[in-house]
Amino acid sequence: MGLYTYEDRKSPKTARISRLVDHLFEKMPEIEPARAVLITESYKETENEPMIIRRAKAFEHILENIPIVIREDELIVGSTTIAPRGCQTYPEFSFEWLEAEFDTVQSRTADPFSITEETKAKLREAHKYWKGKTTSELATAYMTKETLRAIEHNIFTPGNYFYNGVGHVTVQYEKVLAIGYEGIIEEVQNEWKKYDPGVEDYVKRSHFYEAVITSCRAVITYAQRYAKLARSQAASCADPVRREELLRIAENCERVPAKGASGFYEACQSFWFVQQLLQIESSGHSISPGRFDQYMYPYYKADVDSGRISCEFAQELLDCIWVKLNDLNKCRDAASAEGFAGYSLFQNLIVGGQNKDGIDVTNDLSFMCIDASMHVHLPAPSLSIRVWNGTPHELMIKAAELTRTGIGLPAYYNDEVIIPALQNRGLTLQDAREYNIIGCVEPQKAGKTEGWHDAAFFNMCRPLELVFSNGMDKGEQIGPRTGDVTRMETFEEFYQAYKEQMNYNIELLVNADNAIDVAHAERCPLPYLSCMVDDCIRRGKTVQEGGAVYNFTGPQGFGVANMADGLYVIKKLVFDEKKVTMKEFKEMLSLNYGKGLDETTLTEIASEIIKEIRDNGKEISPEQVAAIVTAIRETAESPQFRERGQKLLDMIEEVPKFGNDISEVDAFARDVAYTYTRPLETYKNPRGGTYQAGLYPVSANVPLGAQTGATPDGRLAHTPVADGVSPAAGRDKFGPTAAANSVAKLDHYIASNGTLFNQKFHPSALSGRQGLENFAALIRSYFDQKGSHMQFNVVDRETLLDAQKNPDKYKHLVVRVAGYSALFTTLSRALQDDIINRTEQGL
Amino acid sequence: MDYRDTKGRIFDIQRFSVHDGPGIRTIVFLKGCVLRCRWCCNPESQKYEIETMTVQGRKKVIGRDVSVWEVMETVVKDRPYYRRSGGGLTLSGGESLLQPEFAASLLRASKESGINTALESTACAPFENISKLLPWLDTYLLDIKHMNADRHREFTGKSNELILENAKRIAGTGFGELVIRVPVIPGFNDTKKEIEDIADFACKLPGVKKMHLLPYHRLGQDKYAGLGRKYELDGVLPPAGKHMEMLKKAAEDKAGIICQIGG
Repeated sequence: MGLYTYEDRKSPKTARISRLVDHLFEKMPEIEPARAVLITESYKETENEPMIIRRAKAFEHILENIPIVIREDELIVGSTTIAPRGCQTYPEFSFEWLEAEFDTVQSRTADPFSITEETKAKLREAHKYWKGKTTSELATAYMTKETLRAIEHNIFTPGNYFYNGVGHVTVQYEKVLAIGYEGIIEEVQNEWKKYDPGVEDYVKRSHFYEAVITSCRAVITYAQRYAKLARSQAASCADPVRREELLRIAENCERVPAKGASGFYEACQSFWFVQQLLQIESSGHSISPGRFDQYMYPYYKADVDSGRISCEFAQELLDCIWVKLNDLNKCRDAASAEGFAGYSLFQNLIVGGQNKDGIDVTNDLSFMCIDASMHVHLPAPSLSIRVWNGTPHELMIKAAELTRTGIGLPAYYNDEVIIPALQNRGLTLQDAREYNIIGCVEPQKAGKTEGWHDAAFFNMCRPLELVFSNGMDKGEQIGPRTGDVTRMETFEEFYQAYKEQMNYNIELLVNADNAIDVAHAERCPLPYLSCMVDDCIRRGKTVQEGGAVYNFTGPQGFGVANMADGLYVIKKLVFDEKKVTMKEFKEMLSLNYGKGLDETTLTEIASEIIKEIRDNGKEISPEQVAAIVTAIRETAESPQFRERGQKLLDMIEEVPKFGNDISEVDAFARDVAYTYTRPLETYKNPRGGTYQAGLYPVSANVPLGAQTGATPDGRLAHTPVADGVSPAAGRDKFGPTAAANSVAKLDHYIASNGTLFNQKFHPSALSGRQGLENFAALIRSYFDQKGSHMQFNVVDRETLLDAQKNPDKYKHLVVRVAGYSALFTTLSRALQDDIINRTEQGL
Repeated sequence: MDYRDTKGRIFDIQRFSVHDGPGIRTIVFLKGCVLRCRWCCNPESQKYEIETMTVQGRKKVIGRDVSVWEVMETVVKDRPYYRRSGGGLTLSGGESLLQPEFAASLLRASKESGINTALESTACAPFENISKLLPWLDTYLLDIKHMNADRHREFTGKSNELILENAKRIAGTGFGELVIRVPVIPGFNDTKKEIEDIADFACKLPGVKKMHLLPYHRLGQDKYAGLGRKYELDGVLPPAGKHMEMLKKAAEDKAGIICQIGG
């Protein structure tokens, strides 16, 4: 191992950073109308032009006219909204939900935004244009009716890209830092020259090149607007120190990102414009800076070695970028906001790991990035650490110190699993070694991949409900008829029925994602993003049209632990030991083990019975309907039924569960995960790539759990489903090593879109130097056993309970939600409760 | 008979333990103890007989007889963690020396599997029992609670003479690492003088370099009620952090020993 010149806490947090952070959180984030108004103006002007040109012209129109601001004390500039943490809107993807939620978006529990009446009026006016023109409407038109029905019945939700841009990419920041957009324009012009108008794809190719050039010029113009603003503010600035700062900002923006960066400060500014403007072009989230410590390092090293800047100033610039990453925001529809709670944009920034030749390239910036997260102490960026056998111990300890602060950062990733997993998907060894993480936990090779990493959430519990109902849901036949469950004679028969329901719905999921994929290619190709992803320029097309070298679609399955436990319970209690009949089990599940039924469920059960009666040709009066509802309620709430329910729950409790390091159960869980991961990898997407499964829910396990009935693992109806590949909450009884051993026994290679393992620690488990050492050892040991990802919440229960009671006291309390960190007090009550109830390890 | 067929009586196995010996460890708690320390946080460990204790309203059987095989099946599961952290197996109790064949076999099975071993013990047993364990032992965490025999008898039920004698003999064998541990109990041994006396004794033991001061805690209090017993230290508060720091400094100044608070 090399020795790192970085010294611990060499560069403390400056007063400027505290002021910037305070300013950021002064008020509730706000929705601003400028982008929506501008894009609508532009689209109206370009109706007869090719879509790619329309996109570029709209981008240009926005960047030339959107209001700009330099916030007090800023050293790195570029703000998407006037108000801090504000957001713009993106009607070209979808708009109806926003208009429907105008009056509730401010008061909702998850991620509220304020919105003025004036903004509402402007948006309403703009929205008139978009009816029938959005990607979501086109995607809907492309889907089969079975697919739409499965979505309606909450088997899976492709909502993310259905209603928004895709994002989920890491572009070639290093290219912009090196040659600037002038360099990229030149590259495109040279490429264009190679083709004559008679070449078969010239028509599309030439328009793509034109669109890229327009977009790059628009970005240069935008930076020049900032340069002018900085100069004019400098001219009227009374404070000589700030005046100098503003003049320096102006100089930076005059040079970058038009040209290559000549030093670290310019590199930081150039990086920021790329990061910010990708998020003006499209509303996609998880636009991830990736291996920031690698592509920024040459600029840092040259400047520090030559004495052009001090380490302290370099740290302050990093801290400023960290603040800016929290300045960006996005308003999602109410349901999605629950699933992605915490205002998160999942801008994943990763440090450490190997280079393309397999040599560890941890450097001083890797450490300084960790310090930046300590200084700023906010959810963004989603800081990640790459870990392998060659990772220096110093980096692990430094990272563990950050974990100990309770911020839920960093997340740890295992090179030894991810590199071969990506090779298995067709990446070259050299590309795989250079992976970074997108969004929550999804690995890709930066600048070469269109990974569609967060393509959908697939609830693995719902197909099991369909097994019990023979494919019926809410009175509709939505799945295959896999037979009367009470007549199944072997567990194999039962398991086969589950697989059939899975396969059927997985195919519909693929249909949904492919429909959305085509809709994006047709209606929202992104020329600006595409000029920073290989091989778009050479191929002459956008990433949406298949321009990237590597193409994937990665929808997430969740509920592995519930299904592993639940199917195992059925195997043991119904088939092996014959302690319970399937009929009894079926009844218990539909009546929630006697633990109470909500009105919706009650109505659903009643309607099924009524339908059956009617199907048999009998008439049924309203009085009889009422009588049926009452009878069901009385049965479900009778003491006898409750007692039977409790007895069954006690029996279930005794069956061994996933998460306790029991070989037989863990092997079973591995097989259950394959019911999702294996069928999925056989499908292809319209960009010429393949599907690859992820096993993580972001925070969707809570809202989607609310739409799921009772499951045979003893999980009650409408309660959260297990988080990621973690054991179901409270079921792992033998501490973190046992839980980690169980999780490591899943196949993390096949789930190459990422797995997510959450552990929660009490701070006492990490106290002292020894605590950090043990913590680092725990991570390494899980990784030795080929786990892929690990993250931690380090906060005590009392703190969280107190934060629920006194949210004002805990405005800055950050917790790890899923693949990202969020402010605890901004989460919905249900998600807060879920985090509190996760097994507390290490006490 | 394979030595791993040896049976013994345990009452718990606790994984991911980070306070009793180096690294991440698995602690096997053996049942039965000769002392009756008033502050004992595992009162269910004291009797050798299998008993029932009420835990959160439910009756729980405390104690089961198991072979070395059965224990090792759990112990080896965390081998990756031991390897990365320098951890391993710790025998605790109760007092392992009351089951010397079983304890020695557990330690031997661990060493033969390449697992580091530690023993948390009162050393209140015939030395021949102790010597059976030493060949397989890396770290001996030995409790010295008080230097005054009468005080010791009053609070633990037994005099300290055998313990002190054994401490000297164990140190004399030069086996591995001997660490002296002191539970710091307010009203019993928490004065500067009392801790200094123990430190003084510890530093004169050949090879002893470290001492642990373990602050009294009340986490075992509910168990007394669960066993239908009276908790005699009711109302005693854990020592303040500042006080512990003072004692640590006193021990270090007096004896030049490396002293840490907590295990």
